[in-house]
Amino acid sequence: MTYIEAVEHQLAEALKGHNADYIEARLEENRSSHIAYRGRQLESIGKTTSVGGNVRALVKGGWGFVSFNDLGELPDKVELAVKQAQLVGNEESKLALTEPVVEVVEIPETAKNPAVIPLAEKKQLLDEYNDAIWKTPRIQTSTINYIDNNKRTIFLDSSGSHITQERADIALRLVAVAAKDGEVQQVGVSVGSRDDFNAMLGLHSKAEEIAQRAVELLSAPQIKGGEYTVVLDPVLAGVFVHEAFGHLSESDFVYENDRMREIMTLGKMFGSAHLNVVDTATLPGLRGSYKYDDEGMLAKKTYLIKEGKLVGRLHSRETAAKMNEEPTGNARAIDYRHPPIVRMTNTYIEPGSASFEDVIGDIKEGVYAKNWYGGVTSMEMFTFSAGEAYMIRNGKIAEIIRPVVLTGNVFNTLKNIDAIGNDLDMNQGGGCGKGGQAPLPCSNGSPHIRIQRCLLGGK
Amino acid sequence: MESILAQAKKVAEEAEVFTVSSEETPVHFETNRLKHIQSKQSSSVALRIIKQGKIGYATSTRLDDRQGLVNNAVATAEFGTEARFELPSLTSYPQIDVYDPDVESVAIEKMTKLGQEVIDTITNHTPGILCDGGVTKAVITASIINTRGGQVSYKQSIFGFGVEGQLIRDTDMLFVGESQSSCHPLLEPESVTEVVLRQLELAKENAVVSSQQMPVIFTPNGVASGLIAPLMAGFNGKAVLEGASPIGGKLGEQVFDKKLCLWDDPTIGYRPGSRPCDDEGVPSQRTPLITEGTVANFLYDLQTAALAGTKSTGSGRRSRGGLPTPSPSTFVITPGDTSFDELVQDIKEGLVVEQLMGATQGNVLGGDFSGNVLLGFKIENGKIVGRVKNTMVSGNIYHLLAQIAGIGSDARWVGGMLNTPSICCSSASVASK
Repeated sequence: MTYIEAVEHQLAEALKGHNADYIEARLEENRSSHIAYRGRQLESIGKTTSVGGNVRALVKGGWGFVSFNDLGELPDKVELAVKQAQLVGNEESKLALTEPVVEVVEIPETAKNPAVIPLAEKKQLLDEYNDAIWKTPRIQTSTINYIDNNKRTIFLDSSGSHITQERADIALRLVAVAAKDGEVQQVGVSVGSRDDFNAMLGLHSKAEEIAQRAVELLSAPQIKGGEYTVVLDPVLAGVFVHEAFGHLSESDFVYENDRMREIMTLGKMFGSAHLNVVDTATLPGLRGSYKYDDEGMLAKKTYLIKEGKLVGRLHSRETAAKMNEEPTGNARAIDYRHPPIVRMTNTYIEPGSASFEDVIGDIKEGVYAKNWYGGVTSMEMFTFSAGEAYMIRNGKIAEIIRPVVLTGNVFNTLKNIDAIGNDLDMNQGGGCGKGGQAPLPCSNGSPHIRIQRCLLGGK
Repeated sequence: MESILAQAKKVAEEAEVFTVSSEETPVHFETNRLKHIQSKQSSSVALRIIKQGKIGYATSTRLDDRQGLVNNAVATAEFGTEARFELPSLTSYPQIDVYDPDVESVAIEKMTKLGQEVIDTITNHTPGILCDGGVTKAVITASIINTRGGQVSYKQSIFGFGVEGQLIRDTDMLFVGESQSSCHPLLEPESVTEVVLRQLELAKENAVVSSQQMPVIFTPNGVASGLIAPLMAGFNGKAVLEGASPIGGKLGEQVFDKKLCLWDDPTIGYRPGSRPCDDEGVPSQRTPLITEGTVANFLYDLQTAALAGTKSTGSGRRSRGGLPTPSPSTFVITPGDTSFDELVQDIKEGLVVEQLMGATQGNVLGGDFSGNVLLGFKIENGKIVGRVKNTMVSGNIYHLLAQIAGIGSDARWVGGMLNTPSICCSSASVASK
């Protein structure tokens, strides 16, 4: 029996009989390993185990939350969470209802679970990738970060739910750094997987490619800042839809904010009729997928934009009840130290019909931006950055340029998408940050898209 | 701790046990109201061993799982890096005060009252604004022991509060905000509200800026959001060792404007970035990084320093359960003698940057930054005339900080780990639509 299974029944009992509208608890056991390289040298290799839990209570609309590593005195912890909630609450609690669920969700047997793969095998693979990066002359250094974890979570609530879920998450980032005369340029690639180590295999040529790209960037020119027609590859377009629109559809930004509710009225046009945006945790194998969220709600597929029109948003039990909409199962916590908040899962733009040639064919001068560094949003305005960029001249990909940072305003940039490719691809690398909880495993995706009049930073 | 060390000693030449435990109480406000009270207890133990000359490493949240911890450390040592350093054998450390017992005794009611006062002041000034905020108190205990007899333990208190306001008109969104932290209780709401009210005053009018090179003043918040991350990357001894820092080969050379002086300083009393020693037991020291524009030092932990043939600067920090790695503690930029208003007066057309969004997502290591001006103001003929939008500021800090028009006398703490004045850069690229 695991540490958390030893106390689950005691904790389930402790949730009963309080003067609270709702109480939930999560117990978590996590085994993780990491391997990091800087340059030729292995920098760090280590194993981590953690055990912890939390209790969250709702009283008259106010929340109390207690997190802990120490699994002793659980009834006191429940008591404290209830007391805190009582201090806060002064209205009516609203929470979307669900039938109690009792279920155990295991990792599928078909997946190659990283927990059972020896460290030696993981390290061997990374050594090969590092060698591939260093094949390119003029590489100054490389960084490789690999991390996997295997997490068992038990969710309990005062209505009798008791859900045990096991999942694994794997993330790898390779970065090649080139330097010359005080100039430093880097190119990276990120991959990730839910449950399956096989997704980490076969990246040798990719590793060589990023090294060559980094060296090329040393002599690449920087673009002049200003407005351009921009084509995004599926990876960067996925980051774009996540930043530019995804966060705006998280209802915790909206539900108690009358002005935001007005802006985000369902039925409003956000893009042209060819634009469809989806968030779903139900696709097997993707990093953002799960069966039940961290409030015990069943995951589902949610259309955010359909034919350019705002048709849905992401909910926790509280935001769904307060907005009088259907819950969507999007309450997620990065670990037991945090309460669940509304998060995306796997977010993507549905494919259209244009081929890549159709998308770039009639661009006289523009920018083809690929791959990602990162992205961030303030709801209205967002920025996201490409890992690689090229000029487009007379409908053809032309010279390489320094990576660009793109920015936009959600209320017109989505409308400026005037071509959507037929080549949807999901990006499993990276993670999302919100409310101090990062990096949360998410995936995003898109086909190639073209955006008119996109603002780029530059010289 | 001692028993973990004893167990590890049986299978390894050297060992070090690092434990950290914390109790944290945050209260959260959402949309102008108290929403959440939390209590977070956490503890973790990290074991580093040197076995057959190689480093093994494991961490756990369970101090009682001695055998599991030792087994994991041994398993990783097989593949580990060759250890090039000696663990410190010190038992006495400089006196650096980072614990104030008054923090623990601040009542939750007092914290919620402080948060509500901050929010009320802001909503009275600007009706319709919606504020999220938080007040947090925490006590952290860190301890290190190793097989060379080294031993240290210290307690730190942290109190912080901050607020973010959002004002929406049509689809225009204005964001303002400020946060403060200290090892003392911070019970004066004015230290946050004054900054936010000033932001709101300056943002009342809108202004349009042209796309071109122009002087840009980074306020203390602007320095934090735009310029600090590339500096931190460049002074990291690891990047220097690999030849990946643009200033790595320039020790003793003048790279920055002569007006610029930067220190890494974990010795200032009662600051969240201060401590008597780093996370591997090396005593804290005040390290000059830039002295009158000249590159003076880089930051090292034990292993990186040994590889580079130099001494640790006491900068070994562990983040997210990893091995110690060189990290800044508190960055302090020496103020100049020009007031902020005087900096503005000298500019015909320019920009004041208070918050840059997404500036650090580019080639940070190379010194590049490029961000959307989340909060910034246009300067016209020596006066701030209004808030700019849909504007990007880009540049490379090694170019920008080589030509500083002026450094303000307005140095202050930004968040917990940076003390900086406003910095006026002669020319940065501004793109606007």
